[in-house]
Amino acid sequence: MVAHSSVQTSGPVQSSSSLSGLRGRLGTILLYVLAIVLCVAFGYPFFYTLSSSLKAPSEIYIFPPTLLPEVPQWQNYTRVLTEYPYTTWFMNTVFVTLVATLGTVLSSSLVAYSFARFSYRGRDGLFLITLATMMLPAQVTLIPQFILFWKLGWLDTFYPLWVPMWFGGTAFFIFLMRQFMMSLPRELDEAALIDGASRFRIYWNILMPLCKPVLATAAIIAFMAEWNRFIEPVIYLNSPMKFTLSVGVSFFKQNADSSSEILQHILMAAAVMMIAPTLVVFFSAQKYFVQGIAMTGIKG
Amino acid sequence: MAEISLNRLPQTAPAKRSFFTWLVGAESKFQAKDAVQGYLFALPWILGLIIFIAGPMLASLYFSFTEYSVLDSPTWVGLDNYHKAFMGDDLFYTSLGRTFYYAILVVPLTLAGSLLLALLLNQRLFGRNIYRTLFFIPHLTPEVAMAVIWLWLLDPHLGPFNYVLKSIGLPEFPFLTDRDTVIPSLALIAFWAGVGGNRMLIFLAGLQGVPNDLYEAADIDGASVWSKFRHVTLPMISPTMLFNLILGIIGAMKVFNIAFVATRGGPAYGSWFFALHIYQQAFEFYRLGYGSALAWIFAIVLIVFTLVNLRISNRWVFYQGES
Repeated sequence: MVAHSSVQTSGPVQSSSSLSGLRGRLGTILLYVLAIVLCVAFGYPFFYTLSSSLKAPSEIYIFPPTLLPEVPQWQNYTRVLTEYPYTTWFMNTVFVTLVATLGTVLSSSLVAYSFARFSYRGRDGLFLITLATMMLPAQVTLIPQFILFWKLGWLDTFYPLWVPMWFGGTAFFIFLMRQFMMSLPRELDEAALIDGASRFRIYWNILMPLCKPVLATAAIIAFMAEWNRFIEPVIYLNSPMKFTLSVGVSFFKQNADSSSEILQHILMAAAVMMIAPTLVVFFSAQKYFVQGIAMTGIKG
Repeated sequence: MAEISLNRLPQTAPAKRSFFTWLVGAESKFQAKDAVQGYLFALPWILGLIIFIAGPMLASLYFSFTEYSVLDSPTWVGLDNYHKAFMGDDLFYTSLGRTFYYAILVVPLTLAGSLLLALLLNQRLFGRNIYRTLFFIPHLTPEVAMAVIWLWLLDPHLGPFNYVLKSIGLPEFPFLTDRDTVIPSLALIAFWAGVGGNRMLIFLAGLQGVPNDLYEAADIDGASVWSKFRHVTLPMISPTMLFNLILGIIGAMKVFNIAFVATRGGPAYGSWFFALHIYQQAFEFYRLGYGSALAWIFAIVLIVFTLVNLRISNRWVFYQGES
């Protein structure tokens, strides 16, 4: 008994712990080899993209493909910025992403507070409906939403992309924050209530500071979703100066296809510049991101 | 005496309840005020549900029975749109078939792959946070950028994938440029993008939630690595598996972005997914009525899949606490 549990404390999940000696060590080496091979497999497309984005037009169509550019062509990047309205697309995307993310985090936390801390008729039914909307394909609401925004005169504006996010965001964020708030002790609210604090003060001054981790998680996930959003901007935005990056790069790609000039390396540079911000955001807040996704899985 | 007075309280309280107090589901005036605040905090979402979800759903159900082409107002045509979808639209079946084919490839592969990666990361390896990050990064790639990158990687003449195939003596593989290989190629991209993503993290959290004493007990019984996996790990993470399976199916069936950018549904309608078909009918041909009917058929297919999944899940999903 004692011997077994001491083995287990060294790593209960390490299934090779029960294998001893050479076989265990071999298994461990194999696992490392596997992990490294997988890292290469996941990383290679990025490496190749980066390398292609720095190649000269004469190098890009060489077969077999070269691993690295002979001389890095940094002007490929300046060409994207000067010959295409890339900066405008970038700023459009930043604007839409930030406003939509802010709306998502603020409004979904209000709704989550209502679900987590109040009792009223219809609350549980409303929460169930909320969860059910997560299963709904966006296509069902897309056409009527298009008609709605068209009648409002919002086509070719950014409103359709961020206004809905100020109405609770999406069910996922409400669910995420409600789960987190449920885990905070109710005594905090009750003590403040007795001291005469209003419900809004409790939300803003007591719960929100405690919710920082989940707010950060929601903000990052919302940021990624908005940055990558594609079908809505395709439908709503028509003039090239209004494009977001996803529409812009897709437009650029079609342009490159029909152009007689070699633009593959420029296209790769545009793709790199589109991916980079998501990586920066991810690395600066990786901890929250991973926690948040894990949280939804366990409790869902 | 104390008991009596306590007993009387709840009996008298409901009698004094006003209609309004009853309506909001409260016991007292004070609670009723609080309940009203509860509604107020939920108000953004209640409005959002009505304006952006429930209203549009009803509207689209109505449009699905009409002919509606943006310029004219909708005219009622009964079941014509549905009839047309099933009887008079070849691309309807093509798109359903292509979507199913894609989902059948992507869902099981990604699910199994995510679980294997999570099992690997659950080992006590040096630097596993680095591996986790690297596995996860493809998932962050914007799909438009991903389409552009993979078109280049899978280029049938100049791409590195074909270089590798050629150098080991295999013929050029057409990947995204041939009707027969386009779906497996898109599945490969989806696998690369999704296998180390959310699903892997959710599995990892599930694995870390398996109580250690179960493994200890299995060790005492002399269980092998495989039988510990089969009889401890798998049952314990089966709820996580169900969650990932349902979301995986819905995600795969909704495939749109990558096909829209990389293949435009081609070649020869080889990647003409259902979501593309809806998009084309509604936003290129402006057949909003027919598009709505297609969207509803799509929603019903997804709902049926989810319900069937939940229905058969009690045969293989094990919930702790229910013995």
